[in-house]
Amino acid sequence: MTEYLLILVSAVFVNNIVMVKILGLCPFMGVSKKLEAAIGMGAATTFVLTLASGSSYLINHYLLGPELSYLTTLSFIVVIAGIVQFTEMVVQKTSPMLYQVLGIYLPLITTNCAVLGIPLLNVQAKHNFMESIFFGMGGALGFTMVLVLFAAMRERMEGADVPVIFKGSAIAMVTAGLMSLSFMGFSGLIK
Amino acid sequence: MLSALLVMAAIAGVLGAVLGFAAIKFHTEGNPLVDKIDAILPQTQCGQCGFPGCKPYATAIASGEVTINKCPPGGEEGIQKLADLLGVDPIPFGSDTQTKPKSVAIIDENTCIGCTLCIQACPVDAIVGAAKQMHTVIAAECTGCELCIAPCPVDCISMEVIEEKITNWKWKYPVYALTSIEPASTAGAAQ
Amino acid sequence: MKKLYHFHGGIHPPSNKAQSTQLDIARTPLPSKLIVPLHQHAGETAKPVVHAGEHVLKGQLIGMPDGFVSSAVHAPTSGSISAIDMQLIAHPSGLPNLCATLIPDGKDEWVERKPIANYRSHSTAELQQLLRMAGVVGLGGAAFPSDIKLRTGKQKITTLILNGAECEPYITCDDMLMRERAAEVVQGAEMLRFMLDADHVLYGVEDNKPEAISALQQAITASVPILQQNKRHEVVAIPTIYPGGSAKQLIRVLTGLEVPSGKLPTEIGVQCFNVATACSVYRALAHGEPLLSRIVTITGNVRQARNYEALIGTPIGELVELSCTLPDTNGYIMGGPMMGFSLPAVHVPMVKATNCIIAASEHLFPPPPPVMPCIRCTRCVEVCPADLQPQDLYWFAQSREFGRAQAFSLFDCIECGACSYVCPSHIPLVQFYRFAKSEIRAREHDKQLADQARERHEYHEQRIEREKQEKSEKLKAKEKAAQTAKLACSQPLTSQQQAEQAGLEASRAHIRELAQSSVEHAKD
Repeated sequence: MTEYLLILVSAVFVNNIVMVKILGLCPFMGVSKKLEAAIGMGAATTFVLTLASGSSYLINHYLLGPELSYLTTLSFIVVIAGIVQFTEMVVQKTSPMLYQVLGIYLPLITTNCAVLGIPLLNVQAKHNFMESIFFGMGGALGFTMVLVLFAAMRERMEGADVPVIFKGSAIAMVTAGLMSLSFMGFSGLIK
Repeated sequence: MLSALLVMAAIAGVLGAVLGFAAIKFHTEGNPLVDKIDAILPQTQCGQCGFPGCKPYATAIASGEVTINKCPPGGEEGIQKLADLLGVDPIPFGSDTQTKPKSVAIIDENTCIGCTLCIQACPVDAIVGAAKQMHTVIAAECTGCELCIAPCPVDCISMEVIEEKITNWKWKYPVYALTSIEPASTAGAAQ
Repeated sequence: MKKLYHFHGGIHPPSNKAQSTQLDIARTPLPSKLIVPLHQHAGETAKPVVHAGEHVLKGQLIGMPDGFVSSAVHAPTSGSISAIDMQLIAHPSGLPNLCATLIPDGKDEWVERKPIANYRSHSTAELQQLLRMAGVVGLGGAAFPSDIKLRTGKQKITTLILNGAECEPYITCDDMLMRERAAEVVQGAEMLRFMLDADHVLYGVEDNKPEAISALQQAITASVPILQQNKRHEVVAIPTIYPGGSAKQLIRVLTGLEVPSGKLPTEIGVQCFNVATACSVYRALAHGEPLLSRIVTITGNVRQARNYEALIGTPIGELVELSCTLPDTNGYIMGGPMMGFSLPAVHVPMVKATNCIIAASEHLFPPPPPVMPCIRCTRCVEVCPADLQPQDLYWFAQSREFGRAQAFSLFDCIECGACSYVCPSHIPLVQFYRFAKSEIRAREHDKQLADQARERHEYHEQRIEREKQEKSEKLKAKEKAAQTAKLACSQPLTSQQQAEQAGLEASRAHIRELAQSSVEHAKD
């Protein structure tokens, strides 16, 4: 039980995929202008990542096995693309507003390096099924948390008196860098 | 070799089936984006954007043919609102568009010959009159699009700027001193 | 002892009321001219019913109420109307508005007054109409027509609150009114209670006015034969705090009820009137006198601060001269130091909402120190009586994010100024909220116009389509008719038609011959 908790805490804080592993920056910068969009994106990514981690473990362990291990990346991409397409259809049906707000970033979850990276990290760390699921869920939760925090900060900075040359993406990058520095401080949290 | 092909085919087949089923179950239709864009535009129907009315301009924006900075009556707020809706960065007006203060048309009744050319030109039917009868502009319905000025054969229509009265007066943005400024005194001359 | 409640926040600025309560209310002499604005109440401007050159009597109707929310305007004294035109009025914009200028003839002749002997025998609707035509509006500052406030629909009113709190510094007009005319206030309150069919009346008076409290209590005791049951009227001393006199806050203190955002007090069974309004209601119904004058406090940088009973339309310059303004006066404030505004000029006329004029000077109102950035100390949140977040409202207002400002309940702000008072960075917070509110209102108005224009445009397009259709149908019908006519032509002629055709041919040939011969003649 504690191992699962440790995996969760490690994935959310210590090895945060955005801030520490520097993966998944595309939606992190692109969707963080509005808080509602960020929450929606985080939820969608969590759904995709958890499913992807689980199904990629099953495929890798049962279908591919050790002989066909060279097909790992290929099959993971195919599975992720399928899951993302499925998610897109579900979102369009259930919440057209969110679909409009996310726009192009919803299908771009396919190319999110975090969504491919976590299953590959699972393979590398030789996690079992439950561990893979928890690692995927934890990574996605960490992604959501950081995305929501960053979106809140960017919304706040909308009204700030930022110098003209820094307005927009520049000040956002500076903020992201500072956030990353602060997350590095979590290292050593888990012995 | 064969096993690899079989495995990939199997994955593709399963995903295809799932997505096909989802496409039928979660089917949606329509593109309400044009209506949303049209709701933001000021409905002046003036044609300054280069399109014959606000709905055609909205359709053009929705299909991505044109930029969002073509509507002077919408002002800077209009560009900002369109940028927020579409999730793009707001862009300032081009050098070719100029914003004018809000005005209404007024017909000089001494000169009007009752030709009905202006009545046909008005996109919101704000001019009352008939052939050989006096024409007059309903000021409350006039959007200031200036489409009636060109057709008039005797040039009796002019634009009157809507002036500030107690009924439409607004509080101004508070401008306050950040530092108290000392008037230039002998200190400058001494140097 | 009545149980009292508290509202969040509030401040204790120095009251500065003692200067103007030393002397009793003074009558003013007739001014040289009276400029009566036709729009001195919330709602639509009154329509002028007199014209320039006409002679009017005191109390004669000069402005008819126009629309549901509107009130009447009357001549404050007898004289002749010299003009009805745009004059500078007491408004922060400095813009003019329609006014009737009256030159008094000195006789002060009344028009025929129609007092009511027994108001209880009249229906509420009749009394409301009488108040509307008497020009009775709220004298607490908003000038909302009182007859509208008496319309409660189906809602049962349990408590009528009379607002004698007068929480703003410098202002003492209600205090002096309660001291000297408590009987009229109580009678007016009973009339209002009757019209609202309220169960009881509470007079909320701040505890820094002990004379007013005892005067009201004596008046209630003395009015037992007139009131139906004097136990129904109760004077309650409330703690002195600014802005305890604001309607929502006073209702909370006296009854513990909170008026929900965007709703009226009547929807929770309470209504609130100012004590001066109650006095005007009494004079309008029992004496048939329309609202022609009110009590104004002249204070600040003057030799003798005092309360005056002044006629509506008196030029403020003439009014402040009665108190002798000191030479270093550099401006005038209408209202109090927290919620008042600077007058654009001193010759503007006094209106029904003018409760106080403060003569300002450098030492009384020093120029504000330089503004510094917001440090998010949240002192403003601690004092806001409406439980808002002034620092966030300021943040959104200054960056023009009006959507977020509205989401943070910008329109619940009562603009009391408590937040600006405590801000350590001296930020003019209320100016920002006013700016944001008027921008939002203007945008909503523009949106409404745009929606109307869109509807008209769509109808215009439909009309053009329909006309095209009708034209093409007409054309088709014409073609059909031409077709059938052609078919008729191709059939063999009857004998009569043949004879006609022959006759026509003969006359055509004859004409051709004549033409030919005339041409030959011309050639010769």
